[in-house]
Amino acid sequence: MAGPGRTARPSRAEAAAWLMFSAGGMVSALLVPVLVLLFGVLFPLGVLAPPDHAGLAALLAHPLVRILLLGLCVLALLHWAHRFRYTLVDGLQLGRMRGPISALCYAAVLAGSVWAAVVLLG
Amino acid sequence: MTRVGATRVGATRVGATQPSTTRYRQPVSLFWWTKRRSYLVFVLRELSSVAVAWFVVHFLLLVTAVHDGPAAYRAFLDWSATPLVLVVDLVALAFVVLHAVTWFTLAPKAIVVRMQGRPVPPRAVAAGHFGAWVVVSAIVAWVLVVML
Repeated sequence: MAGPGRTARPSRAEAAAWLMFSAGGMVSALLVPVLVLLFGVLFPLGVLAPPDHAGLAALLAHPLVRILLLGLCVLALLHWAHRFRYTLVDGLQLGRMRGPISALCYAAVLAGSVWAAVVLLG
Repeated sequence: MTRVGATRVGATRVGATQPSTTRYRQPVSLFWWTKRRSYLVFVLRELSSVAVAWFVVHFLLLVTAVHDGPAAYRAFLDWSATPLVLVVDLVALAFVVLHAVTWFTLAPKAIVVRMQGRPVPPRAVAAGHFGAWVVVSAIVAWVLVVML
């Protein structure tokens, strides 16, 4: 039990949030820059020829690719939620609204994850 | 006798009429992060998460377009080439690169790697992460640009 002057032990939910934040941070750092560079900049600008539709559709139809991309999307959203709620709470000093901010962020993660599952697995 | 519950700093005693402790909080400006360059980088690093979330949205729109057929895929690429979306993607690219660089730079502080009982030097841990980033990016680019 935490006494005066001691830091309270983080809850299991908070520990899980940190774990997911780290996993999401790692996969996002490894994969997201190259995907944004290609699909966000180089392909639309025509600097590089975009992948052929049939080839890309075949790649996205592979079960392993679908599951990996779903994992990337869910972990990336969990990473966003954790960092964004701390940015709002600490950066904008909204400590009194910590609960609602966390609830909204993780509700967005849930909605985004369902969307990703429908798009990738549907 | 007044029953006194467990006290925390800044909390009031259970059963007491007056707060037993008060904690002084020095007022902090909303723009504290503009005071130093390191603070600014810290906040920009935290805001990079918004770019990560934008990537998910943009990517799921791409996958939806691919599922909808060649015309929808072409329309998605045309929409991505409009000035507003292009600027958003360029800003997002800068932020996700900032995220990757700061993430891999901080990795040695979060991960202690041991080889043959000895800790691997922090620079080697960071170099391993940056190396993995280059290899993964090269594989993804090769698949999307060369294979497809």
